[in-house]
Formats: sequence, C-alpha cells, structure tokens
Amino acid sequence: MTQATQQAAAGIAEREREQKQHRIAFVLMAAFFAFGPALIYPVFLMKVMCFALFACAFNLLLGFVGLLSFGHAMFLGMGGYVAAHTAKVWGLTPELAILCGAAVSGVLGLVSGLIAIRRQGIYFAMITLALAQMVYFFCVQAPFTGGEDGIQAVPRGKLFGLIDLSNQLAMYVMVAVIFFSGFLLIYRIIHSPFGQVLKAIRENETRAISLGYDINRYKLLAYVISATLSGVAGATNALVFQLAALNSVHWTMSGEVVLMTLLGGLGTVFGPVVGALVLLAMENYLAQLGAWVTIAQGVIFVICVLTFRRGIVGELMAFFKHWSR
Amino acid sequence: MSEIFGIPTQALFGQLLIGLINGSFYALLSLGLAVIFGLLNIINFAHGAQYMMGAFCAWFLLNKLGLGYGWALLITPPVVGASGIVIERLMLSRLYKLDHLYGFLLTFGLALILQGLFRQEFGSSGLPYPIPNALQGGQNLGFMFLPNYRAWVVVASLTVCIATWFLIEKTRLGAYLRAATENPQLVQAFGINVPRMIMLTYGFGVALAALAGVMAAPIYSVNPLMGENLIIVVFAVVVIGGMGSIMGSIVTGFMLGLVEGLTKVFYPEASNTVIFVIMAIVLMIRPAGLFGAQK
Repeated sequence: MTQATQQAAAGIAEREREQKQHRIAFVLMAAFFAFGPALIYPVFLMKVMCFALFACAFNLLLGFVGLLSFGHAMFLGMGGYVAAHTAKVWGLTPELAILCGAAVSGVLGLVSGLIAIRRQGIYFAMITLALAQMVYFFCVQAPFTGGEDGIQAVPRGKLFGLIDLSNQLAMYVMVAVIFFSGFLLIYRIIHSPFGQVLKAIRENETRAISLGYDINRYKLLAYVISATLSGVAGATNALVFQLAALNSVHWTMSGEVVLMTLLGGLGTVFGPVVGALVLLAMENYLAQLGAWVTIAQGVIFVICVLTFRRGIVGELMAFFKHWSR
Repeated sequence: MSEIFGIPTQALFGQLLIGLINGSFYALLSLGLAVIFGLLNIINFAHGAQYMMGAFCAWFLLNKLGLGYGWALLITPPVVGASGIVIERLMLSRLYKLDHLYGFLLTFGLALILQGLFRQEFGSSGLPYPIPNALQGGQNLGFMFLPNYRAWVVVASLTVCIATWFLIEKTRLGAYLRAATENPQLVQAFGINVPRMIMLTYGFGVALAALAGVMAAPIYSVNPLMGENLIIVVFAVVVIGGMGSIMGSIVTGFMLGLVEGLTKVFYPEASNTVIFVIMAIVLMIRPAGLFGAQK
C-alpha cells in the first residue's frame, strides 16, 4: 500500500470508531432521558432538555464555526416570549406557538447576524452582547412582555388540538421529541458537506475564502439556524414552566450557555448536553444560597478556561483514545 | 422661561450635563479597555467589576479608616490596580498563546465572582457615599445650575484622559508601549522587558477603572451591580469608536454620553437603547468603527 492509501484507511478507521462512540453515547443519552423521570423530578429533566438544545445550538456556532456569540439569550428569551404570547393571548396550539417563537428568533437571528458578522473574533462577541442588551431593554419596555412580571400562567394547551399537555407525561414526551429532533438535526448539519465548510472556516478562514466559499453566507446561515433552534428551546421552556420572564433575555443567560458548552466540551457533539445537566443540577442545589450561584459559575468559568479547556466530554474522549491504544 | 424646540432650556442643559457625566465615565472606561486591548489583545470583561471595586474601596476608606475623598482618589487606583496585576500574573499570563476569546471568558468568570462576592456581602441595595465638603454646592450659570462635584468629574476625567493620551502618544515609555503592540518579539529583542510591560499595562487599565469608580461613588450609590450594565454600554462605545486609537475612544465616550443625554430629552423611551442602535448603524456603514483602522 502507498502512504496515501494507508493514511486514508487510517482516517476511515478513525471515523468509524468515532461513529461507534457516538452511537453508544446516543443510546446512553436516550436511556437516561427515557428512564430518568422514574428517579428524577420530570420538570427538572424537561428544563435540562430545553437548555441542552439551547447549548447544542450555541455549540454549533462556537464549536464548529468558531463564532463566540455572547448574546444568545435574546433568541432563547424572544422565542419564549413569542410562544407564551401566542399561546396565551392568541390561543394558538402549542406546536404553532413554538413555531412562531422559532420563526421570530430566526428573523431576529437574520437581522442581528447581518450586523454582527461584519466583524470577527472578540468584536463579534461584543457586538452580539450589545445587540442582546438592546433586545433586553426592548423586552423591559414593550407592552406585550409584561415587563418585570413577565407573561405568567401560559396555558400548555392541547397538542394538535388533541393531546392535553397539562398531563406531565404527554408534556415530557413532547419535550423529548423536540430535543431529540433538534439534537439529530444539529448532528446531521455538523456531518454534512455544509458542516465541513463551517469547520474549514473555523480552522482557516483565509483558506476557505481562497477555495471560493462565500464565508459570510455560511456564517450567516449557521447563525440563523442556531438562533432558530435556540428559539425552539426558549419556546418549549416557556410552555414547560408556563412562564416567560426577563431572566431568560438577560446577559447572564448568554453567559450561562457559554459556560454549559465550555464545561461539557466545546466542539463535541454531546458536551453541551452534559454541561447543561451538570450546571442546572448545580444551580438547583445552590438555589437557596443566593449570590453563591453566580460565584460558583464564575469559579467554574475560571477553572474551565485555565485548566479544563476540553470540557467533560472532551476529557473523556481523550481518555478513551489514550486507553484504547 | 426660554425654550428650544419646545423643550425648556433648563431641562435640555440638565440632560446634557448628565450626558456629559455619563460620557466622562464611558471615556475613562473605554480608554482603560483600549489600553489593555492594545497590548494584551484581551477584552477585559472584569472592567465593570473593577470599577465597582474602586467605588467600594473608596467607601471602605471613608467608613472603616476615616480617610476622605482625596485619599480615596490617591489610594484606590494603585490598590485595585495591584489586584489586577495579581490577576494578570496568576491567570491571564497563561492564556496569551491561546485564542483571545479565552481571555474574554476568563475575565467574564472573574466578573461573576467579584460581583457575586460583593453582592453576597453587601446586598444589592447600594451604600451611600457623601459628596466631599470641598466640592459641595454649585454655580448658577444663568441658564442652568451646575453642581461643583459634577463639574469636577467632567474636568478630572478629561484631564486624566488627555494625560493618558499624552503618556502613550508622546513619551518614550508610550513609544515602547506602541512598539510592543506592533511587534512584541522585536521589542523584547531590543532588551525591553515586555512581560513586565504587559503586567503594568493591565494594572494601569484596571487602575483607570478604579479611578472612575471612586469618581462615580458620590453620584451613583456604591452598589455591587453598578458596573454590570455599564460595561456592556462601554463595549458598544468601544465598537463604535474602534479600538485603534486612544483619542478615538475618548472622543467617542464623551460624544455618546451627550447623544444619550439628548435622547433622554427628545425621546426618553429610546435612551437605554440609542447607543446600541448607533452601534448597529456604524457597523453597517463603517465596520471598523469611527476611528478604527480598516484591515
């Protein structure tokens, strides 16, 4: 065999092993969310799934295009507000309310993306943060969001007008279906030719341009997809808790999703899910301690950046790779 | 009572003064951010928290040690600056070889820790800090009343900004600094201790934030959250001005403060968002910012 074919064979073997790992991890994750409600409070698990989808959508940008958006809360929050408003005031069924939330977040993503992708790197982070702050002030003042009170007592309604979602099990199944569809969609995007171009942009933007790719269009499309899926996550979350409030548009939420992704493993497929689970569990236990939640988040941030940059899943993968040799 | 565009002049000038005060803080803070970014390539998210620490340091000096405003102006910047140097040595210096986004995330984590600790200790209602005796009262300018303390803040901030500009653009030390921004390896080869320069630059930027905090203490109450919303506005100011020039960040800071003040008079609903709207427009027309170099 020539060297080139040897390398190609090694590459294929590597990919097959990766796919096998992903399959095992996916089965474990599915089992966790299928049997979890027997052991863990189901509403908490629904929250985990919503935020896991949010973090996966965020990871699509940071982990695979290398764009750090520090304003993703605007999509989560807007999706939530729109779904809550359409479900409560317009009386839409839950699936339509979620679609409305996703559509508005997608349009918001298109507009803010057109502005933000004009700069790269650290500027991109600052611009998205500033735009999200603008959306936050809009939500504080706009009449339909209910200001400080938020939109309360949002009806969960009947899915397709048939299935009553006030039944906890039905709601759980719906959230799980949404989460897994979103997750698989993102997985498909990452492993598609489109995803390969995104990774090429992350690795070497100049080379991607010289290969003839219109990188701004790719970035914008990835940004809009991420925004839309974040909107789905926010809308679903609003229906689960029957509440849309200001905290999900605040910049601390943007920071939280960065932390979930970083802690779980940047640029890994399952990292954001693990990160969301760990972080939400921590917040749940520390909730009575007030400002200590913020302090703990800050400490995790510092530790992740200084010594734990691969995150939980990244470290595990490195461990297995080392061990299997 | 005279009016301009149907707005009483008193209200107009009052808001312009508030705008000028806000602009002073925007200018001081964005100047510090620009100085740090120039050499470290890091956007210091902890800047707002360090500004808050400056205000708390002044409060401590007054209430625990009985040292007044003058002492606070002298002691606070070096103390908080020193804490910045510790952060730079222990943490930031480990990240220079990595993507610059990690520095941003690290300082974000630090900001959460600092704000959380102060909030845990002092709550979020805010502590009063009196205006120093020497600067109480005000001048009647005929068309408006100008409180002495506010005049002092504007003048002091302008002076500090221009002194910093002079230091960086016109002195030998500043020349080293600018050279190290361009090419640190080469400057190091000439026998200049670049890591120490980076350390002191970060300390200086942090000290500027702390100074702004001391000046803000008598105007806004001393509050653990005083920096967190301000810093995002300052980011927008920095994006509008472009990081390229020191003078650019000073001018943009004051200008946007005034624009914000004017918006409060003519269309108060938009006063919170006007700076972000301007940012979006500037990005569409001139992505590098008003004073930034187009790459």
